[in-house]
Amino acid sequence: MKRYLTIFCFFALLITAWQWAYAQKFWSPVLVPSPESVGRYLWEAALDGSLAEATLVTLKRLLAGYFIGICVGLPVGLLTARFRFLQDTLGLLALGLQGLPSVCWVPLALLWFGQTEAAMLFVVVMGTVWSVVLATETGVRNVNPLYVRAARTMGSRWLHIWLYVIMPASLPFIVSGMKQGWAFAWRSLMAAEIFVTILTGFGLGHLLHYGRELHAMEQVIGIMFVLVLLGLLADKLLFSPWEKWLHHRWGTNKA
Amino acid sequence: MTIQEETTALAPAKLAIDRVSKSFTTGRGTLQALEQVSLKVAEGEFVCLLGPSGCGKSTLLNLVAGLEMPDTGSVTADGRAVRHPGRERMMMFQESALFPWLDTIGNVMFALKLKPGLKRAERHEAARYYLKLVGLEKFMHSNIHELSGGMKQRVALARALAPNPRVLLMDEPFAALDAMTREQLYGDLQRIWEQRHVTILFVTHNVREAVSLGDRVVLFSPHPGRICEEFKINLPRPRDINSVDVAGYATRITKALKGMLQAEGATP
Ligand SMILES: Nc1ncnc2c1ncn2[C@@H]1O[C@H](COP(=O)(O)OP(=O)(O)O)[C@@H](O)[C@H]1O
Ligand SMILES: [Mg+2]
Repeated sequence: MKRYLTIFCFFALLITAWQWAYAQKFWSPVLVPSPESVGRYLWEAALDGSLAEATLVTLKRLLAGYFIGICVGLPVGLLTARFRFLQDTLGLLALGLQGLPSVCWVPLALLWFGQTEAAMLFVVVMGTVWSVVLATETGVRNVNPLYVRAARTMGSRWLHIWLYVIMPASLPFIVSGMKQGWAFAWRSLMAAEIFVTILTGFGLGHLLHYGRELHAMEQVIGIMFVLVLLGLLADKLLFSPWEKWLHHRWGTNKA
Repeated sequence: MTIQEETTALAPAKLAIDRVSKSFTTGRGTLQALEQVSLKVAEGEFVCLLGPSGCGKSTLLNLVAGLEMPDTGSVTADGRAVRHPGRERMMMFQESALFPWLDTIGNVMFALKLKPGLKRAERHEAARYYLKLVGLEKFMHSNIHELSGGMKQRVALARALAPNPRVLLMDEPFAALDAMTREQLYGDLQRIWEQRHVTILFVTHNVREAVSLGDRVVLFSPHPGRICEEFKINLPRPRDINSVDVAGYATRITKALKGMLQAEGATP
């Protein structure tokens, strides 16, 4: 309870400070709108459904691409960990491409796919997949070989070992790789949405872009606020439960 | 069949290791880990393999487990050649090798899951039975990291016993524990072995440990790994590691060990 109070007080203070700065007129109201006008924009956008729709469009792209990225990244990571040849080829490629800021995929995606959903999906997948590949590979390589030996004496074989020993043993690595993949995918999708208009759906990035075009600062800040909220929500819903469970089971840091 | 009935339904296995050699090739060359090692173990016998580290004791255990194959020679259990690992020969390691992603009972059930024809409830019951046997029923749902070193090895013992193996291979299972915990576990292991009468191959580099546990102590010498001497331990059980009788045997074996190491030092 005390923690929630702390959180509430902190943000209340932040908004008060903002309101104060606005009232002092340090900057033009076009550059620093009042908290109230941002709130009003959000309220109106929520009422006319444009906000919900944009959020839905963005999340759909993100989740679909993320899901594909994991479905591809996990098995590829397992394979690169298992076969030296694949490690030296695909693994090295993954290492290189993971170092590439994922925004850099946007121009290529546009040339290949045009201004379509496919381009958006591609960017998200590229953001996700390399992190997942590398994390899975590292995770598998770090599995204590003793676990595998113990499992073998208990009658565990091939597929059973991979599914019930190697995968769970590398879970801490895999989860942190998935988290990184999520962050990369999220960033690159925003960049793509801000850069390009795609007629099949206006995402949050587009709203941000139009906010700039219209000099509607309250829209820009409002959307940024929504983006921050979504990021926090994803962390709390998608990753926190896993991480808590891992810490609890493995006895790693008591957070 | 109840669990108790099942544990006595199968006779312990006898093992025959016949002129086994095993070498490892690494970047630095070839190393002869075992050379022409032969050993027979009777049904239900408790044999301790003793020797300084690096003389191939773990390698021999791995061969019997079926985790590795000999270069030459053969390993048979009840007359059948060992080709792969199997539930009838379970292994315990110096580190517990328990799976941190499972709780205590989950670890014990892991081996049972692979045993065909068991329902979930039966597996659960069997796992509980073995946790009780090692005195850890209360810690059924504990996480592995919450257990002490001694408790971990008890869980590992329960896990190894759960599929009802006929041979137990133990690779310095108590080496990392403190003396008090170790002595408790000697007692437990002897009690369980007497009830269950499995065949046990127990690797150690602790002379007193070997004497107080084994029917027989087999002394290994290094470079290349060979069996150099055997001692039959004719002492009643349960044995106390601090007793005079154990000390007497230990002195003899230590002397043999020293002699062996000196001979080794003279001819490098
Ligand atoms: N997988 C392996 N690869 C290379 N060398 C090994 C391997 N396993 C064991 N050895 C070598 O074989 C020798 C015997 O090892 P080991 O059986 O572990 O001895 P012990 O258990 O008696 O200490 C050691 O010199 C060790 O370095
Ligand atoms: Mg060893």
